[in-house]
Amino acid sequence: MKRVTGFGWLRGRSAVIGIPYAWLLVFFLLPFLVVAKISVSEMETTTISDIVTWKDGAIAFSLKFGNYVLLLKDDLYFTTYVSSLKYAAVTTVLCLGIGYPFAYFMARARRTLQPALLMLVMLPFWTSFLLRVYAWKALLTEHGLAADAIERLGLDKVLAAAGLISGPGQLMNTPFSLVLGMTYTYLPFMILPLYSNLAKMDLHLLEAASDLGATAWTAFWTVTVPLSRAGIIAGAMLVFIPCVGEYVIPELLGGPQTQMIGRTLWDEFFSNNDWPMACTVAVAMILLVIVPVAIFSRYQAEATERRNA
Amino acid sequence: MSAPAFLKILHIVKDFDGHRAVDDVSIDIAKGEVFALLGSSGCGKTTLLRMLAGFETPTSGSITLDGRDLAGLPPYERPMNMMFQSYALFPHLSATDNIAFGLKRDGLPRAEIAARVEAMLKLVQLSAYAKRKPHQLSGGQQQRVALARSLAKKPQLLLLDEPLGALDRKLREETQIELANIIHEVGVTCVMVTHDQEEAMTMASRIAVMSAGRFLQVGAPAEIYETPSSRFVADFIGNVNLIDGTVVEDEADHVVVDCGDCQHWIGHGITGTLGMKVTVALRPEKIRLSREPPPHDKDAPEASFNRVHGRIKDLAYFGSFTVYHLQLDGGRILKVSQSNTERQTGGALTWDDKAWAGWAPLSPVLLTQ
Repeated sequence: MKRVTGFGWLRGRSAVIGIPYAWLLVFFLLPFLVVAKISVSEMETTTISDIVTWKDGAIAFSLKFGNYVLLLKDDLYFTTYVSSLKYAAVTTVLCLGIGYPFAYFMARARRTLQPALLMLVMLPFWTSFLLRVYAWKALLTEHGLAADAIERLGLDKVLAAAGLISGPGQLMNTPFSLVLGMTYTYLPFMILPLYSNLAKMDLHLLEAASDLGATAWTAFWTVTVPLSRAGIIAGAMLVFIPCVGEYVIPELLGGPQTQMIGRTLWDEFFSNNDWPMACTVAVAMILLVIVPVAIFSRYQAEATERRNA
Repeated sequence: MSAPAFLKILHIVKDFDGHRAVDDVSIDIAKGEVFALLGSSGCGKTTLLRMLAGFETPTSGSITLDGRDLAGLPPYERPMNMMFQSYALFPHLSATDNIAFGLKRDGLPRAEIAARVEAMLKLVQLSAYAKRKPHQLSGGQQQRVALARSLAKKPQLLLLDEPLGALDRKLREETQIELANIIHEVGVTCVMVTHDQEEAMTMASRIAVMSAGRFLQVGAPAEIYETPSSRFVADFIGNVNLIDGTVVEDEADHVVVDCGDCQHWIGHGITGTLGMKVTVALRPEKIRLSREPPPHDKDAPEASFNRVHGRIKDLAYFGSFTVYHLQLDGGRILKVSQSNTERQTGGALTWDDKAWAGWAPLSPVLLTQ
């Protein structure tokens, strides 16, 4: 009998909450601890030393923080982090600029038209992400379809003058191609939360604003935008966080100027074969991303609290 | 109305995809009047209000306010403010900022806005709640913020869309009087939309009963209640017994209507013709119920009319009054309401009791449509 009651917590609510927590524990926290452990270990050719050893009847810790010191000292890592954050931020701003009007008009479109528009936003997901990025490679390469169009419009000179491409006609492997690829890939992740937020808005509020003397433009900035803040934050997080650690797009569309953490990580693992250093870079990246996530969760929690109040 | 028209609505028509929502409505509303559009849902009252606010464009007709034609003026340029049915308070702004919203759009100096908002909060007795967001306020408080917001710009015309519709019954009764007092205090001309006749009667100085996009009757609350002009209005406002009959006697000072099991002697009414089909409208509270036949003056000509005998088939006790369903000997049911002025200690009429009902010659109203 006692045994049964002892497992009482497993039943009902606890189980429902417990299962995802157990999942996160096993598949997220433990691997993270393994990575963290490797980052402070010595590596001898192919084996990684234990950090806790039993030597002469005493427990010995051997923690090596040299990698973290190197991370702070070596300019390479610092500039990669900064450039990762920079490209992720630029991508987020561009996605917001393109995605907001899109989501706005989608949410205000005829009810019968909305499912079709939503489908169009999700359509790219039907093709492999890798294929789509490769397609951009073909489009942007010299005499590619997009490259030709940009040249004909004379935009390449503008981009070259701004230092976003290496020279007129050379669009590939530049900050321009990288940001273009990331914006293209992550745009749906901005549109979807914005759309679901904007579609819920009570349109009487805009009538009220208009009644009180606000033009459509003023009403947009004083009512619609503040009310869609949760959608903006959700969309920005969904774009920014994966962009920081993005590996495939910088690898395929980026160039030597656009070193990002994902590629540094790959290089440490597979070119330098320096697993502890690679793990150090990974741990630092996770910490870097956790901060905005924490802010986001706090905001969400506040919003939920407000709704329930 | 002898007062000059402040708001002039002339031959307004509104069509939605072939459906006529408002059908040739004209009305003059005087300054300071509280005018209620009363009707069931879908009668066009809200469409008419939205055309005043500028959210809908009339298909034809004109609206002038203080001599100025409002056609083509967008809502944000109209000198009127609306209180929305769901209040439409901005959820991200505090009570203060909600009230200040319209004033800021006018570009008033900061100090003036602050002073005006404070005065408004004081008017609706919410000074203590200035910092609260709408979700931190009760339904009644939200309603008052919405009122304050719509009054803050000192509109020439205040539009109220079901102002008390979102409140529960108890709160509605309290707020009704409070709202009427505030509007009276401010002295603003007001057009309100409601489906609730009590709300219209307590708050409005004039009521327009609407059905199918048209005004059926326009008049003061008592006028509409006591002398409805049609079956629809009589039935829509309050409770009524509608009895169909034929005019059998038509004299200068009275008519007699034969309704089969009851004979009405009506001391006023229409000039009609003998044999004309009419409807007699008789309010339940204007009928007296007793065990004994109603006493009457043997010499009066109406002596043998306006009285029926029946059996109490049903009764509903409401505390302050009781509604009886008196089944006449001929089978017809007559609704009678009696106010319980004396404490009931038994002996009151109850199920299956035989009773007499009687009414005065001036009580019934004769309707021809």
